[in-house]
Amino acid sequence: MTGDARPAGPDPSRRLGSGRLTDRAGSGWRALRGRLPGRRRWRDHLITVGWLVAVWSLLWGEFTVGNLLGGVLVAVVILVFLPLPRVTFGGRLRPLVLAGFVGRFVAELVVASVHVGWVAVRPGQPRNAIVAVRLRVRTDLNLALTAEVLSLVPGTLIVEADRETGTLYVHVLDIRGAEDLARSRERVLALEARLVRTIGSEAELRMLSPTTGNAEPGGPS
Amino acid sequence: MNGDVVLDVLVGIFLVAGGLLSLVAGIGLIRFPDVLSRMHSATKPQVLGVLLILLALAMSLRNGADLGTLVLIGGFQLSTAPLAAQMIGRAAYRTGRVHRESLDVDELADRSGTAHDRGE
Repeated sequence: MTGDARPAGPDPSRRLGSGRLTDRAGSGWRALRGRLPGRRRWRDHLITVGWLVAVWSLLWGEFTVGNLLGGVLVAVVILVFLPLPRVTFGGRLRPLVLAGFVGRFVAELVVASVHVGWVAVRPGQPRNAIVAVRLRVRTDLNLALTAEVLSLVPGTLIVEADRETGTLYVHVLDIRGAEDLARSRERVLALEARLVRTIGSEAELRMLSPTTGNAEPGGPS
Repeated sequence: MNGDVVLDVLVGIFLVAGGLLSLVAGIGLIRFPDVLSRMHSATKPQVLGVLLILLALAMSLRNGADLGTLVLIGGFQLSTAPLAAQMIGRAAYRTGRVHRESLDVDELADRSGTAHDRGE
């Protein structure tokens, strides 16, 4: 799906991203739901059903007609009785960038795991810190994905997420001095930038540029 | 024949590496001073350990349906472990179970109610 195929009218992700999210969570979601164009709502439903059917079949271990029908039944029951807040994907996927992102993620996961493992077995206790990092793209999806990936890769863990201001409070293991603090802040923002470059919309990409000329000093190495 | 031996050696390496990572994750769980540090142990080395073991399994099973299940397990591991760690860490912080002596900086404590409007 390309950017110009998007329906005109209020784009929910941009509305959230503009930072003036004044309504409370519940009513906000209802308002958002009302504004969504019907076709996109159906697309989201279909993607969810397809995903749930695939999971169902994989859990049974084989793709049969029975599993397919059972999966559809379960998916519909889940959608009807356990509705979730709507998170619409407003950006677009860049497959090549995604491949790079995944490769780097795996490399960083290895580095972070070895680091935490070393901290666990070496003598002495580590020094830690909780830092606040304000993200530049404040959509729910970006906040959630950044938080998710952050807990896995650069030696960080989310303690608290402030949805209204798009701030993540990040626990950093093994701090040695102030430059470590600055570096972990930079790494959070660099990760956000990489994520947006992978799946963000053009508008979200523009949000990255003015505040940080070079969020990623080393580039994708 | 030769390829099988190479594959078996790789499977062995991945299994041992995964087991070792899970072991240090366990050591970290015991040695770290508070919940937040322990959650680091429960996410990074633990997740990579599981992934390596799944990879080794996939390489020795080599069967479509099993592969799908393994991918599913890995995916759910990747997506749920950080979430669970975050929820546990948040609950621990909110109930004051934080080892203050090992914290150099705590910007969440500085927030204290009103200041969610700090500019940058």
